[in-house]
Amino acid sequence: MSNKTILHAKHIEAGAKMVDFHGWEMPINYGSQIEEHHAVRQNAGMFDVSHMTIVDVEGPQAQAYLRKLVINDVAKLTVAGKALYTGMLNEEGGVIDDLIIYHFSETSYKLVVNSATREKDLAWMNKQAESFDVTITERPEFGMIAVQGPQAKAKVATLLSAEQTEAVDGMKPFFGVQTGGLFIATTGYTGENGYEIVVAEDQAENLWQQLLDAGVTPCGLGARDTLRLEAGMNLYGLDMDESVSPLAANMAWTISWEPTDRDFIGRSVLEAQKEAGDQPKLVGLVFEEKGVLRTGLKVITPAGEGVITSGTFSPTLGHSIAMARVPRSVKFGDTIQVEMRKKLVDVAVIKPSFVRNGKKVF
Amino acid sequence: MSNIPSELRYATSHEWVRNDGDGIVTVGITEHAQELLGDMVFVELPDVDDEISTGDDVAVAESVKAASDIYAPISGTVVEVNEDLEDSPELVNSDAYGDGWLFKVKVDDMGELESLLDAEGYEGSIDED
Repeated sequence: MSNKTILHAKHIEAGAKMVDFHGWEMPINYGSQIEEHHAVRQNAGMFDVSHMTIVDVEGPQAQAYLRKLVINDVAKLTVAGKALYTGMLNEEGGVIDDLIIYHFSETSYKLVVNSATREKDLAWMNKQAESFDVTITERPEFGMIAVQGPQAKAKVATLLSAEQTEAVDGMKPFFGVQTGGLFIATTGYTGENGYEIVVAEDQAENLWQQLLDAGVTPCGLGARDTLRLEAGMNLYGLDMDESVSPLAANMAWTISWEPTDRDFIGRSVLEAQKEAGDQPKLVGLVFEEKGVLRTGLKVITPAGEGVITSGTFSPTLGHSIAMARVPRSVKFGDTIQVEMRKKLVDVAVIKPSFVRNGKKVF
Repeated sequence: MSNIPSELRYATSHEWVRNDGDGIVTVGITEHAQELLGDMVFVELPDVDDEISTGDDVAVAESVKAASDIYAPISGTVVEVNEDLEDSPELVNSDAYGDGWLFKVKVDDMGELESLLDAEGYEGSIDED
């Protein structure tokens, strides 16, 4: 049985090619994923992300619970609406999922986790919640639309009420606000400005249509993947999973080591790994010749082999880019090799970030 | 259902062949094939003067999704390649039977053309996929 989002009929109406995405029937493109990609980099595009799992965490010990559950420290969030990106680990230090946490108060948070990992995430979160005074509530009665691109905010602005306009005015990146029936957040998965908007299911189709009428291009999962990869953002299941340490997935920046007495799940394993310095690392690869670096290809370095975790053609740059897990001694600026279609090709190693706000960043 | 022009011949591996006369044919990939592959990003073509034999992998169509070999549908000598694809591989998507052609072949034995599928036969072979 495949799940359908509340916007399914709108996708069909727009001529989407639908595919199965971890049990959800989702649009892969509406004709050309490259044109959709460019729409987001140059103008404004929108994605149906209603399949993602929204979870409210509330109660007297909500903050204490999340400080145990995730590797970043939600105590750093002091302003209402501020969000952070982080990971949730198992006891062995592997990544169960990556997620965004919005802070409303020390007793109220909203989490957005991946749809593909929904069941195990909820099971893990509920299990960990047993020793805390906290309630975990999934919110499937909402749709979610990501509107992204240099013109995204301006186009959304034409649809907002006076109250909503005031609420989002001057909102910095990585904030969210509940206003007039919408939750509007300055988060995204493309490396462009824009909003992720949580909307009640009975209003979702209407919002989608209004955005269409405002000139926002519907974009599918194909463009979503090339955009996030250009932005150097991880995709769960490819760039990391339960067998991978956040230290090996370019997620060290999402770990709060201080204060040292915060005993988050996986901490002791991570500390030992950090001390040993033997975890591989996730780097960016650039290949400017003809050909596309693909997920799963073997990487060859003087320090040993690695693997491409995500590879694609970058529509913005006009050549291939990838993320690869390689031995830690490989450095940015090195040239290493990839085994591509039975031959070895040279690729440049860079920090895993390729395009931000429409511009090449390496 | 994608467009399958009746005046062309086809290989089950999704190449089309057009008889240009004087022993020359033009080769491309079908609309169905480009739909399966998605947006084209690179097309690697054979060199002019290459001798090719039916079934050889002679070109590569690389899309956002995958790299796919293109096989010679007929034996002969490559006499021209579509250099526009170097800068505009998307022509294969937008005009698979026209501006998106791949290469032209001086055919060894025009009788071989008859052994390729006609439009109806190709349509049948897609249905079996």
